[in-house]
Amino acid sequence: MERALRSLGAETECVSRPEQITSGRVLVLPGVGHFSAFMVGLRERNLTAALQQAIAGGAPILGICVGLQAMFSSSAEAPGERGLDLIHENVQALPTNVKSPHIGWNQLRRTRESVLLRDIPDDAYFYFAHSYAASANEPHTAAACDHGFPFAAVLEQGNLMAVQFHPEKSGEAGWRVLRNFLEWAQ
Amino acid sequence: MTLARRIIPCLDVDAGRVVKGVEFAGLRDMGDPEELAARYNSEGADELILLDITASRDGRATFLETVRRVAQQLNIPFTAGGGIRRLEDGNAVLRAGADKVTVNTAAVERPELISELAAQFGSQAVVLSLDVKKTAAGWEVFIRGGAESSGRDAAEWARDGVARGAGEILLTSIDRDGTCSGFDCGLTAAIAAQVSVPVIASGGAKTFDDFLAVFGEGQADAALAASIFHTAEHSIGALKKYLAGRGVPVRLSR
Repeated sequence: MERALRSLGAETECVSRPEQITSGRVLVLPGVGHFSAFMVGLRERNLTAALQQAIAGGAPILGICVGLQAMFSSSAEAPGERGLDLIHENVQALPTNVKSPHIGWNQLRRTRESVLLRDIPDDAYFYFAHSYAASANEPHTAAACDHGFPFAAVLEQGNLMAVQFHPEKSGEAGWRVLRNFLEWAQ
Repeated sequence: MTLARRIIPCLDVDAGRVVKGVEFAGLRDMGDPEELAARYNSEGADELILLDITASRDGRATFLETVRRVAQQLNIPFTAGGGIRRLEDGNAVLRAGADKVTVNTAAVERPELISELAAQFGSQAVVLSLDVKKTAAGWEVFIRGGAESSGRDAAEWARDGVARGAGEILLTSIDRDGTCSGFDCGLTAAIAAQVSVPVIASGGAKTFDDFLAVFGEGQADAALAASIFHTAEHSIGALKKYLAGRGVPVRLSR
């Protein structure tokens, strides 16, 4: 992730202390693994409140994969665990009638004008690797993907942006998403 | 909007070089891993798999260095494995830049390895690799690079592995590996029907029609090949165009 951002000209810093997260910075919240492990990881480093405050203060943020899911109130993956609660909905498990994890390259259905998808062909593919997802009914959804049910692949709301796929692993289209985010954030 | 079938080149690496054997034996030098990785990335490969086939533990540092260098060449997902015995081995490979880790022999010997890796890194990062051979008992799982029977039935072990947290199955037919006689579609379909996770078919790829068959009759989610791509016998781009022309959903745009 850092390599991708740097090759696009961004200066990056991997932070682990709350005072390093301020509303003056551009934030990227990449995530893989378990929702609970991710939220516990933030909490143990006292980053939860710092993140919420920086985002409330207007810091542009890009959540990726579990980083998108972390923006929600909770996830079916860890029912007792609280998310960042920036979006007051819950993340759901993919239904059992499809292969899970949803692993591989899939296309998007745009639901409105998107900053992150600017100049990217409609039929472009993106790489997904996840077992949980947020419903595309969520009003911040800018593009949906279908796997068992329509889920939010791209969320855009004010300074809050998130993708369920992995842009750094999604070839040229994915790198374009990162470039679009950086251009918009600066 | 459909989940694309994936084409995955595989690099078998020994002492920092890509090698290829026939039916798990007789290694030939096939080139530099970084160069091949960069070529496949630009040709439209959907993913790359890097396997450490050196048996010796002291080859470990060399392999991790190869993982690091290959990761720099890619903007597609990347799986690495071979000789992963403990959680720390998986961690080292992922820290070196791989997105997923594949386990084989050690998982047969100690199935908890799968759950340990899945709990730490998530199921999407754990690929269970099965080397399967047809025996009198049926489709049997072999370990130690295909040298030794595990006595386990392939479908039963695949189901068990998924229940323990494997997020994908990499299914290699030992009978077909390196023989260029086509994927074992019967084996692939049998396993795909048994598990709820994607199945990557491997072993025997030669012609474009072999890929068409494994995505059709074989019910594979992804297909892996090595020699036919390394020797530039087939380009990945041409293969994907061929498949797209026959109704297989593949990612053509990069």
